[in-house]
Amino acid sequence: MQVTSHVRAPLVTGGKKLHDVTEDICKQVEGKPTNLWYFAFGISVLALAYGSFCLYKTWTVGLGVWGLNRTVGWAWDITNFVWWVGIGHAGTLISAVLLLFRQKWRTSINRAAEAMTIFAVFCAGSFILMHMGRTWLANWALPLPNTYGSLWVNFNSPLVWDVFAISTYLSVSILFWYVGLIPDLATIRERATGISRKVYGILSFNWSGGAKDWQRYEQVSLILAGVSTPLVLSVHTIVSMDFATSVIPGWHTTIFPPYFVAGAIFSGFAMVLTLMLVTRKVFKLEDYVTITHIESMNKIITLTGSIVGVAYITEFFIAWYSGVEYEGYCFINRATGPYWWAYWSMMTCNVISPQLFWIRKIRRNIAATFVISIIVNIGMWFERFVIIVSSLHRDYLPSSWTMFYPTMYDIGDYIFSFGLFFTFFFLFAKFLPVINMAEVKSVLKSSSAKK
Amino acid sequence: MSGQNKYIVGIFDDEDVLVHSVEHIRHEGVKIHEVFSPFPIHGLDRALGYERSRIDIVAFLFGTLGFCLGITMIYSMMAVDWPMNIGGKPNAAPPIFIPVTFECTVLLTAYGMTLTFFVIAKLIPGFTPKMFDIRSTDDKFVVAIDLGKNHHTQEKIIKILKDNQASEVFEKEL
Repeated sequence: MQVTSHVRAPLVTGGKKLHDVTEDICKQVEGKPTNLWYFAFGISVLALAYGSFCLYKTWTVGLGVWGLNRTVGWAWDITNFVWWVGIGHAGTLISAVLLLFRQKWRTSINRAAEAMTIFAVFCAGSFILMHMGRTWLANWALPLPNTYGSLWVNFNSPLVWDVFAISTYLSVSILFWYVGLIPDLATIRERATGISRKVYGILSFNWSGGAKDWQRYEQVSLILAGVSTPLVLSVHTIVSMDFATSVIPGWHTTIFPPYFVAGAIFSGFAMVLTLMLVTRKVFKLEDYVTITHIESMNKIITLTGSIVGVAYITEFFIAWYSGVEYEGYCFINRATGPYWWAYWSMMTCNVISPQLFWIRKIRRNIAATFVISIIVNIGMWFERFVIIVSSLHRDYLPSSWTMFYPTMYDIGDYIFSFGLFFTFFFLFAKFLPVINMAEVKSVLKSSSAKK
Repeated sequence: MSGQNKYIVGIFDDEDVLVHSVEHIRHEGVKIHEVFSPFPIHGLDRALGYERSRIDIVAFLFGTLGFCLGITMIYSMMAVDWPMNIGGKPNAAPPIFIPVTFECTVLLTAYGMTLTFFVIAKLIPGFTPKMFDIRSTDDKFVVAIDLGKNHHTQEKIIKILKDNQASEVFEKEL
């Protein structure tokens, strides 16, 4: 018995039955990889290899291989870090916040979004480790006894808060993701034979799907969602404090925490869309990730993009209204100085492009969504670049004013992170179910379309 | 193999039918060993008479532990073991405790609760679970009744299951 609601659009189309869900999702895991997969995976590994070479040079020669100078001490490294960690906000937001708000449309996209989150945080972390220069002394950032490092860490520093925030976020996201995977891995285990049965048997943690287990499982998921929600908000808040607690003009603003969190959700959803649009096409999941899902995500992009736009304008207004000469100059310099092109790229990509989603035809159009999702992420990269480099390159002493030019190692280390991200993502997409079968099955009866 | 129990297994096709049937089967005085399903079913735990899970208390206790450990760690490092003059700031100012203490609370809540869940639900890698019917991970709902723990005869239990819309009934030793 299936019921089609007249009020809400169905979440799963094509008249799917429970068994169809198992078949459609397991097919990707059980079959041999396609040539397209090998091609995409090969390119990712090549990017990773080239990036690793650049990283090797960065480590062995030192941070001098980057384009940093005495005036601009942070540039691509922290830009890339903030960009990746922002992208890494969508997965847990989709799973945790949308679970608390009982948004059933999350069920088809949460698995891939969470996986993306984890890999994006890996990339973010890699830039933190890289920018230390002597990465082998990374343990100095941990609260280890003095005999293992220099001294205890300084808890006055937001950079130490960041170490705790990012590592907690990564660990809890992995846990949340894995708990969600266990029932689906058990489904694959029961279908598999030979060695893969053994592997999925170990990975599925002895799961049998008993009613008592499900009862506890649901409560664990709900509490994990409850603690993850403030965690997501705390992470980018603390990242913004890396800047906001300094006294650099353009950074020292109280608007940063909400502005950064909105920006993170904005870029995260854009990246989820970019990846999901490709995944649904390649794996033929059009019945699970429907236009309705895409439209819902586009609405969130419009909302967060508008918050980001208001934040840009507020910042500009306050810089003038505060009457602080340095703050005022910093913003005039951003918009009209040597980095004007970065500023206006950011404004166009982040403020204007998501406004197109007010038009229903555009937000329900796959090609337009795909293009805008990429534009948004380009814009969000420029946002971090503008904040970091344009604030630093003209400091209080005009004789030390300079420009930042990236070297091949700056670019190479960025390519490294793309290689890392996509290598992990393609491995995930091949060996693990990209859609949460158990959750989709649980909403199938109430929100799927009849054939 | 010794130590095997004899079960009567009923297969159901629909989750709503399952919940009603479970209520009826229990009403007839049959003790159900466990019900297996491919996804969580709301109301099934109540139909089976399960008490609510107390995992939330575990989560709270671990959260409290994380909170205390966080504060203790920051205070002991900043003010007790090696106090330093950092820009003339106080060594243990409460506002700086907030971010790290929060993260410690979340970390211990999440891991403490989930690992407790894994232990009590015996979700341990390397074990082979008792599967009454593998379709319970796909599209069927499986009711297992332990014959040894019921005073009804085998025929009676089979009849009760069939009367309550089980699509398939069979015996299984596990």
